[in-house]
Amino acid sequence: MSKHIRSNKLFEASLVKEAVRQSFVKLNPRILFRNPVMFTVEVGTIIMLGVCIWIATGEKSQGSLAYNLIIFGILLLTLLFANFAEAIAEARGKAQAESLRKTREETPAKWIQTVGEIFVNEIKIVPSSQLKKGDVFLCEAGDMIPMDGEIIEGIATIDESAITGESAPVIRESGGDKSSVTGGTKVLSDHIKVRVTTEPGESFLDKMIALVEGASRQKTPNEIALTILLAAFTLIFVIVCVTLKPFADYAHTPITIAAFVSLFVCLIPTTIGGLLSAIGIAGMDRALRANVITKSGKAVETAGDLDTLLLDKTGTITIGNRKATSFWPADGIDDTVFVEACVLASLADETPEGKSIVELAGNKGIKAPSLQKEGISFIKFTAETRSSGIDMAGLKIRKGAFDAIRNLVIKAGNEFPSSTEERVKLISSNGGTPLVVSQNGQVLGVIELQDIIKPGIQERFERLRKMGVKTVMVTGDNPLTAKYIAEKAGVDDFIAEAKPEDKMNYIKQEQQNGKLVAMMGDGTNDAPALAQADVGVAMNSGTQAAKEAGNMVDLDNDPTKLIEVVEIGKQLLMTRGTLTTFSIANDVAKYFAIVPALFIASIPALQGLNIMNLHSPESAILSAVIFNAIIIPLLIPLALKGVSYKPIGASALLRRNLLIYGIGGVIIPFIGIKLIDMVVAQWF
Amino acid sequence: MHTELFGVVVSFLLTVILAIPLGKYIARVFAGEKNITDFMQPVERLIYRFSGIDPKKGMNWKEFLKAVLTVNLVWLVYAFFLLLFQAHLPLNPDGNPNQTPDLAFNTAISFLVNCDLQHYSGESGLTYLTQLFVVTFLQFVSAATGMACLIAMLVGFKEKTTNNLGNFWTYFVKSITRILLPLSIVIATILALNGTPASFDGKDSIVTLQGDSVHVSRGPAAGMIAIKHLGTNGGGWFGANSAHPLENPNYFTNMVEVVSQVLIPMAVIFAMGIFIKRKKFAYVIFGVMTVGMLVLLVPTIISEIHGNPQIAKMGITQATGAMEGKEVRFGPAASGYWSIVTTIISTGSVNSMHDSAMPLSGMMQLLGMMVNAFYGGCGVGLLNYFIYIIIAVFISGLMVGRTPEFMGHKVEAREVKIAALVTLLSAFLIKGGTALAAYFVAHHANIGWAVQPANWLNNPSYHGFSEMLYEFTSSNANNGSGFEGLGDNNIFWNVSTGIVLILARFIPIIGPIAIIGLLANKKHIPDSAGTLKTDSLTFGLMTFAVILIINALSYFPALALGPIAEFLSQ
Repeated sequence: MSKHIRSNKLFEASLVKEAVRQSFVKLNPRILFRNPVMFTVEVGTIIMLGVCIWIATGEKSQGSLAYNLIIFGILLLTLLFANFAEAIAEARGKAQAESLRKTREETPAKWIQTVGEIFVNEIKIVPSSQLKKGDVFLCEAGDMIPMDGEIIEGIATIDESAITGESAPVIRESGGDKSSVTGGTKVLSDHIKVRVTTEPGESFLDKMIALVEGASRQKTPNEIALTILLAAFTLIFVIVCVTLKPFADYAHTPITIAAFVSLFVCLIPTTIGGLLSAIGIAGMDRALRANVITKSGKAVETAGDLDTLLLDKTGTITIGNRKATSFWPADGIDDTVFVEACVLASLADETPEGKSIVELAGNKGIKAPSLQKEGISFIKFTAETRSSGIDMAGLKIRKGAFDAIRNLVIKAGNEFPSSTEERVKLISSNGGTPLVVSQNGQVLGVIELQDIIKPGIQERFERLRKMGVKTVMVTGDNPLTAKYIAEKAGVDDFIAEAKPEDKMNYIKQEQQNGKLVAMMGDGTNDAPALAQADVGVAMNSGTQAAKEAGNMVDLDNDPTKLIEVVEIGKQLLMTRGTLTTFSIANDVAKYFAIVPALFIASIPALQGLNIMNLHSPESAILSAVIFNAIIIPLLIPLALKGVSYKPIGASALLRRNLLIYGIGGVIIPFIGIKLIDMVVAQWF
Repeated sequence: MHTELFGVVVSFLLTVILAIPLGKYIARVFAGEKNITDFMQPVERLIYRFSGIDPKKGMNWKEFLKAVLTVNLVWLVYAFFLLLFQAHLPLNPDGNPNQTPDLAFNTAISFLVNCDLQHYSGESGLTYLTQLFVVTFLQFVSAATGMACLIAMLVGFKEKTTNNLGNFWTYFVKSITRILLPLSIVIATILALNGTPASFDGKDSIVTLQGDSVHVSRGPAAGMIAIKHLGTNGGGWFGANSAHPLENPNYFTNMVEVVSQVLIPMAVIFAMGIFIKRKKFAYVIFGVMTVGMLVLLVPTIISEIHGNPQIAKMGITQATGAMEGKEVRFGPAASGYWSIVTTIISTGSVNSMHDSAMPLSGMMQLLGMMVNAFYGGCGVGLLNYFIYIIIAVFISGLMVGRTPEFMGHKVEAREVKIAALVTLLSAFLIKGGTALAAYFVAHHANIGWAVQPANWLNNPSYHGFSEMLYEFTSSNANNGSGFEGLGDNNIFWNVSTGIVLILARFIPIIGPIAIIGLLANKKHIPDSAGTLKTDSLTFGLMTFAVILIINALSYFPALALGPIAEFLSQ
């Protein structure tokens, strides 16, 4: 398995360069208008520029030009920092998506010309970018698949490691659920005809890039709600600052424009305002780093709220297929004889179950006895006999389902041993599958096949339970087997003997009860359920219909990915919440810095509020504004990485975050402002 | 001194002890369960039949608010005209004059909105008719309006998904017939037995020990004083309010009045726990509110008992604490307790002059009104607290990694928008109003008005600023108490506070009802392990932090220029 090498460095030189450039582009008020908090900062910055010009032309009442210029500079820097946060998040997301897209750009495509509805067997080599939706192209062994599409003819093995990181080739064939191919993957054998399913520039990756770039990025509902709250806080501070003017007049205190603007910019929640969109983009980017393409920011957000996960048993909870776990010889049969017979019966069995029997025997040190070539015939499994085996040297060894072998034994005039029958029942009730082996009409024993539960899956379900997420296993097994595996894996509920519509019904029922449901699927018949689910994750190997229906696509085809998606969603919301708290808690210290500074000249008693003992009114205001600016870049790493989520229960989590970001948010600026003041005091 | 503090502790504990059974009773009344006042049913049915009300008809939040606003508008017009022409109407034994239009505007609104800010003196500004049929009437109906709105909100809490908040008229009528009226009768009887007048005779005249002849105003006061406290109204019969010896004759009546004003605001918290079947939720809220009260109360009582440092500097001992503006029969502790209680729950009646309180106490009184949700006014206190809850739910919901939800309903942009608007409104009205007043004092002190801004303030500097800030804070909180140094019976103050009053009453009612209407209409989401528990101590702490930070951020500069500057200058 060779995973992609993805850069985990937060600030790569090339990205930083682009982000810095974008920081200036984003100063455009029309772009900044989307973010009310930072827009008001821009207004303040422009006012300060005006004040500087005013002073330069001779105004004396507003303090020194140097002081005002510095304030102007810091405000501009605040804006640039906020823009940079957004730009670097965009650049990282874009680079991530680009690296995926690059693989499929400008690959030569063997385009099959059509005349009307009929294919002309003439093949023309065109660049992939010229392929349109509905075009058909040919791919032969060794070719790179130029575009996403659906196989309409043929079967081929394909290396998808460029996209998924999984080195084992996969089989894709026309019709059914395995007909979808992805651009950028490579055909290893055979040849296929593929119909293009997306317009150029409209593949999921293209959509995702557009989403990250901001052009088509919609604010998510929660982001809108938070923006409203932040706008309200901003307005409160507009009121605070505007009313301060008559208050100051009443107290006969002249206040400079610089002081007003500084107070305002310090108080409004610039920290969260500046980082808000970066947090949202980083959420999508984190999903992409987990190899999940999200079709909207909202899907990531919803993932954090999920109540119920529908998981397919096979591949998610258990490892692919059943495996032989034990040999149970019948009474009076020698262990080795029995195992050898089992091996013989399974030699020609190419199914994973059959192979696992040979493997298990090998582990016990028993190999197939050497065989003569003549006189051997392998009996294939048929639906009629429901058994398979081998005929050789007068031996007829059969292996099959309990009732099939019983019939065979009884027909031969023998009895089915009761101890073996007991064993068969025991295996069934433990969720296993019994395979009975007979030789010349006599029962030799039972092979037990079991589902192998993925290592570590119980812990993951436990973690989900602590998050408040219910897990539901979907399986085609009978209820008894399903119950056994469900208990063993630690899922909360299961759907046994599931038909596609059962999934749909379960989702609808959960949703009726107000729950948010996620599911993963790949087949066309999963599409309605994927669309119905609040978060539908389609496997990249799935059909086009499934991919269209879901709101996320998992490039790894890894069903456990849902669990990661939930955590990414939670991290996204938490990062927003904690930084909002931090930002607002910061204001306490800023008040204690600026309010005494404003009034100290006329009301000396207010020195009592200067608990940080800042050097002078100018240094106090400068320190507060500088702190307000530099806290933004200092928090960019946190915004991009996200606050770590711990499933310790909501109340404990709230206490923890309140302590760190609430109390911390009150204390840190006191220290920060004091330290900056000690430096600034050299000049002011 | 210990006895005085003991009196405060007893008053508080007595309130809690009485509030618990009353809460149970209120819950039964509004849940429609059997209770001891069911004998009132025929009266209620008569009222419904007479008014053409179908008591079974449910209302969605819009219909509910329409009913609230319509009937309030009718009362406003009615009260305004009665005040305007009271001189010519009956029951005016003292021959008191009509109110001026601006004063009538202010008075009518003030009582309609449960504020009871008084820019007049009851002895000369009203007649017995308007005292009874405007003032006392509005004191009943405004309190009942608050309670009815609270019940609608609780129905929204309780139901999983509904657009039916119940019938405003039945909540309203029951609030009066089952709660306010019976309790008022009890309190009024106690007061009357202790010497509060209850007669229709005009002024009496007495000869004092010094030999002066004095006219003493009287009237049917006991009943009005009972509802003034029970309904957290606060407007006094006499100008001196509950500091007046006839309105509040002795320490016992003082205790009765201070207990009766907190009684219903506290009882409805317990009633909520029972009504919505979430007792822990109610206890946590009660805890937060009580801690909030203590945070304001303790510094107040300490600074009042310690006396005035300016007087101490003159070498005068103040064994009884700061007594300026206080009644000897109550003392500083009971006065301090009353001053905090009356400001946190929006009563606004006073038994001492807040203008004379120590700067720190003045700040605590201001903060009590700014928060306006520690117990809070009759019914509306919990509505105000609900707005803080929504903001706390939103921020803390995010902090635990889930889009926020309350009582199983998602809190989204629309609800946040309304909550933000209501929060903004207080800051806007208080600071905007004060700024306007400060502007006139600073720049147009001698403008050609009947009462010049220069003459508004009886105190210069910080305290004068506090007086203006207090007046608008009191109006915004629908409180009604005043720093009485302010000359407020003139057009500027009558009109500006009138506007603040009406906005600050109805928008904070419309907001929460709209939010709960929207929330209750949403799909109900059952709790899971990831859901933030709103009945946990942690969430209580979070709400407290939100209350603290919103108010600190909104008002710090104003407080710094008023009481804080005054305190630091001592």
